[in-house]
Amino acid sequence: MCENCVKSDLSLLEPVFREFEGDEHALVSILQKAQEVYGYLPIDAVYRIAEHQKVSPAKVLGVATFYSQFRLQPVGKNLILLCKGTACHVNGADTIAKAIKEELGIGDGETTADGVFSLKEVACLGCCSLSPVMMVNETAYGSLTPAKAKAILRGIRDEGK
Amino acid sequence: MRIVIGEGSCGIAAGAKKLHSALSQLGAEVGITGCIGMCYLEPIIDLYEGQDLKARLVRVQDKDAQRIVDAAKSGDLSGVEDLRISCDDESFLSKQTRIALRHCGIIDPESIDSYRAADGYKAIAKVRESMTPEEVIEEIKISGLAGRGGAGFPTWFKWNAARNSKGDEKYLICNADEGDPGAFMDRAVIESDPHSLLEGMLIAAYAIGAKRAFVYVRAEYPLAIIRLEKAIADATAAGIMGDCEIRIKAGAGAFVCGEETALIESLEGNRGMPRLKPPFPAEKGYIQKPSNINNVETFANVAWINLNGGKAFAAMGTENSKGTKVFALTGKIRRGGLVEIPMGLTLRDVIFDIGGGIRDGKKFKAVQMGGPSGGCIPESLLDTRIDYKELSATGAIMGSGGMVVMDDSTCMVNMARFFLDFTAKESCGKCVHCRIGTKRLHETLVRITEGKGKEGDVELLEELCRGIKDGALCGLGQTAPNPVLTTIRYFRDEYDAHIRQQQCPAKECAALRRFTIDPVKCRGCTMCARNCPVGAITGTVKNPHVIDQTKCIKCGACKATCKFGAIND
Repeated sequence: MCENCVKSDLSLLEPVFREFEGDEHALVSILQKAQEVYGYLPIDAVYRIAEHQKVSPAKVLGVATFYSQFRLQPVGKNLILLCKGTACHVNGADTIAKAIKEELGIGDGETTADGVFSLKEVACLGCCSLSPVMMVNETAYGSLTPAKAKAILRGIRDEGK
Repeated sequence: MRIVIGEGSCGIAAGAKKLHSALSQLGAEVGITGCIGMCYLEPIIDLYEGQDLKARLVRVQDKDAQRIVDAAKSGDLSGVEDLRISCDDESFLSKQTRIALRHCGIIDPESIDSYRAADGYKAIAKVRESMTPEEVIEEIKISGLAGRGGAGFPTWFKWNAARNSKGDEKYLICNADEGDPGAFMDRAVIESDPHSLLEGMLIAAYAIGAKRAFVYVRAEYPLAIIRLEKAIADATAAGIMGDCEIRIKAGAGAFVCGEETALIESLEGNRGMPRLKPPFPAEKGYIQKPSNINNVETFANVAWINLNGGKAFAAMGTENSKGTKVFALTGKIRRGGLVEIPMGLTLRDVIFDIGGGIRDGKKFKAVQMGGPSGGCIPESLLDTRIDYKELSATGAIMGSGGMVVMDDSTCMVNMARFFLDFTAKESCGKCVHCRIGTKRLHETLVRITEGKGKEGDVELLEELCRGIKDGALCGLGQTAPNPVLTTIRYFRDEYDAHIRQQQCPAKECAALRRFTIDPVKCRGCTMCARNCPVGAITGTVKNPHVIDQTKCIKCGACKATCKFGAIND
């Protein structure tokens, strides 16, 4: 492992390992819990998980990069999931993406410089009848217009102050 | 009167939780239910007298809380008359036949007693007391139930194969990895009626002889997971689970995991890449043991079939397709939501009679069925019946139930591009044809939508599509070309307009738009010039303005601000 890598508190993984003790098929679940702990998957945690599960780090990284839920970089305080599903596409999801870009200056997969917001475009949030939809920290906002989306983000930013 | 509020994900997104606390603060006792299906009217409040629904209030706002509490206390509905659902909207529900959704929007999804009061867990009791596994499978065979996840494979056949497989360690898996963009049937069932899924699974587990079961749910459905966890805990406490253990596994976001062997790989903690078949999961599935996988909606029908008989289920539908099917009706539809109808109704019945037709007085253009694996069906085929065979003949598929309606402002080439963008990203990479082929398809479609299409591009697309269909291992790859093939088949003129005339008839493809100012209509108000982000518009007050095409970025800001309709495109 590289010396410049982050030094995470790896003891936080121990309760996760205990929860899945003896389950050799739990890699995806362990990664999910680890991401809950750190907010993302720090590279040293990935190595620790590999060691504990007795598999190669390549296998763990292979799984972590296969699924869209996992991220190897930290995200901002508020995670915006912008739905790009079919119904949202038909109802103008692209104009919402543009509005977010105008408001926050970030595109898909990016984080604002102040670390307050991250944006991730997702395939479908399953709230199609309220399209276009975005979800901020597990709260869904529906029937968006560019103006409404901007207002919601401003509200969240102000709340955090 | 009892106040019940619809708290599915859609209702919550529309403000049901806030409304709930507003009502609670006024001292009212508020019950909850799941998805009523009329998402376009959320938030919805039902007022019950005992078990009788007295009034359904729609699009309720927080400020209405006081008068709703008053009406519920006094029983006098005159104060909330304006909130009551219209007869027209009521027909959205009255034209449906609900089996898989029979409890949705009626019972409290977080209460096992509520499910039991609605004949819940009677079927599993009957099965365990008086039926052999063979009899259970026979009843399902009589019902004609077919896999509701999209492929439409006979459910009894899979159960029977898993039952007859050698080995005493068998697994049952529920596929709730609803990844089709534009579909939310499974989410609604789990959020609104989780016990019905559990009961269906327990019956299936009994039939095939499985002691362990998994529900593989998308991680994007947090509420569904919470409600299902509670349902499992409650059913376990009530001693209903018997010798079967049901566990939840949260998916981690990969569309291909909807494919059954990829799902099994994911359950085992691996990258979700499909396996070669045979061996089929019924022989070697999860950890190489006999396994049976069904979709949520399939399981949701099972208890009903058991209580009412396979014949009653088979009495509905067509020769090839029995029973009912749930659809998520979305897009440019007037009444969007969750719809369950008997097989055999036509697309027109669903879209126009139930869905109320197209929004904003626009014209119907196409309906997309089956998500990225399906296709776009044009107006001329609206009388096609909801039937596995008849829908396949159009080039689309029944699919899991996504039905996205489009009007004339949707560009079909861009629609194909949208789906290929999706499948190219979601291809697991195992097969070359799928991995590279979907990328090439996407690139070509992008080129066409950007006005850089060439003569022969359509033929190139068709050739690629054939190669991918033949060369891909799993359903994702084999069906990925469908959105391209159906749009070429029914909307070839749009492809030609993009390629030959550099025009997008739907005016959706930004690169092909050309904004001009009508000098007769323009009053020289300067609004457009002031709103143009790139300063492409010039002109003096009270004189017609002009757009410099070399500077124009086709954002449409001028058209949006012009009060005189002087901007053409």
